[in-house]
Amino acid sequence: MADKLHFELVSPARLLKSAEVDMVVVPGTEGDFGVMPLHAPVVSTLRTGIIEVHDAGDVEKLLVVGGFAEVNPAGLTILAETALPLAEVDKAHFEAELKDLQEDVQDAKDADEKARAEKARDRVVSILDVLNREAA
Amino acid sequence: MANLKDLRNRIASVTSTQKITKAMKMVSASKLKRAQEAAEAARPYAERMENVLSSLASSMKGQAGGPALLAGTGSDQRHLVVVATSERGLCGGFNTNIVKAAKAKIHSLVRDGKDVTIVTIGKKGRAVLRREFANKMIEHFDLSHVKNLRFDDATPISAWLIEKYEAGEFDVCTLFFAKFVNVLTQEVTPLQLIPASINEESGTDLGDASYEYEPDEKDILEELLPRNIAVQLFRALLENAASEQGSRMTAMDNATRNAGEMIDSLRTTYNRSRQAVITNELIEIISGAEAL
Repeated sequence: MADKLHFELVSPARLLKSAEVDMVVVPGTEGDFGVMPLHAPVVSTLRTGIIEVHDAGDVEKLLVVGGFAEVNPAGLTILAETALPLAEVDKAHFEAELKDLQEDVQDAKDADEKARAEKARDRVVSILDVLNREAA
Repeated sequence: MANLKDLRNRIASVTSTQKITKAMKMVSASKLKRAQEAAEAARPYAERMENVLSSLASSMKGQAGGPALLAGTGSDQRHLVVVATSERGLCGGFNTNIVKAAKAKIHSLVRDGKDVTIVTIGKKGRAVLRREFANKMIEHFDLSHVKNLRFDDATPISAWLIEKYEAGEFDVCTLFFAKFVNVLTQEVTPLQLIPASINEESGTDLGDASYEYEPDEKDILEELLPRNIAVQLFRALLENAASEQGSRMTAMDNATRNAGEMIDSLRTTYNRSRQAVITNELIEIISGAEAL
């Protein structure tokens, strides 16, 4: 199947998507890259961003937070930490989480706890960033 | 011979026990279904992860100075055995089998002169192991508050393992858990978590091409390896949960059947002795009447 790309998106909890598609745009740590059939083998880490799945003129968007992408002759595999179809993303949920985490950062008793809380906060901030950019 | 009232009481108590075991069987049957689905849903991720790792590992082969999580510390003197069991009892041979396999391994390691430390997940295995190896147990993870296991429940455990490994407290880490085969069969499996056990066969053959890495090989491996440990652990815990429910279901099914047999035999005894009492009374009345 040289004219279609075999694409798989898996998160630890389940296999989210397995399909033959035309092209996938992947948010790599060093920049977005499009993967089409017969792409050269690549392994890349992901940043928080949007995966765009192009197939037969349609574009499906999925939010992905961290993980890996592997391209090999068999196709593209994305191992995401968290992944959700953009339509199912509940922005209010993340906003509430951000508020919680900001409080956590303020309430942190020692440096260790603070660093952990800040890391969790930054993660949510990056998610909201992506969502805002997408909505704009 | 036991008197009639005693027999009646026993029948009543066995009947209520049977009701309990029957209910437990149904509960674990429905829980099993969910646990099994979760375990099966987690398989693709773990498998793909293994594929990616194998591809990476085979392309890294021959290069010196790979990350310690992959290459090991160069020694296998100090072993850490992680034993994952359930939080609840009454599940047949489930915990016993895991503990038995772990014990055999620990004994053989000790015989070979290795240093062994033990970490337990789940309190059932901990209680048994503590009797024999109290001085070797260094940590216990309690998952009794967890209803539906999520990936976030496995990450603290894997983070702890990696931290201890990087602090140089052990060289090899093996995880014992029961792999879910089907409702009747659970297979106790030892899985080497650190250094990562890589199946060279499962990687995709690239032919002449080789991977490009973004950012670079080392960074990716450094992120991927800890992640792999968390994923393998998560998967093992899910398998364990499914096995536990399967094992409990079978055990409770047997218990229900045994209770049924017991009730039958008690009822026969009860009816016989009731008849004997009646016959006795009749004989007394008749012989009393004859004596007049």
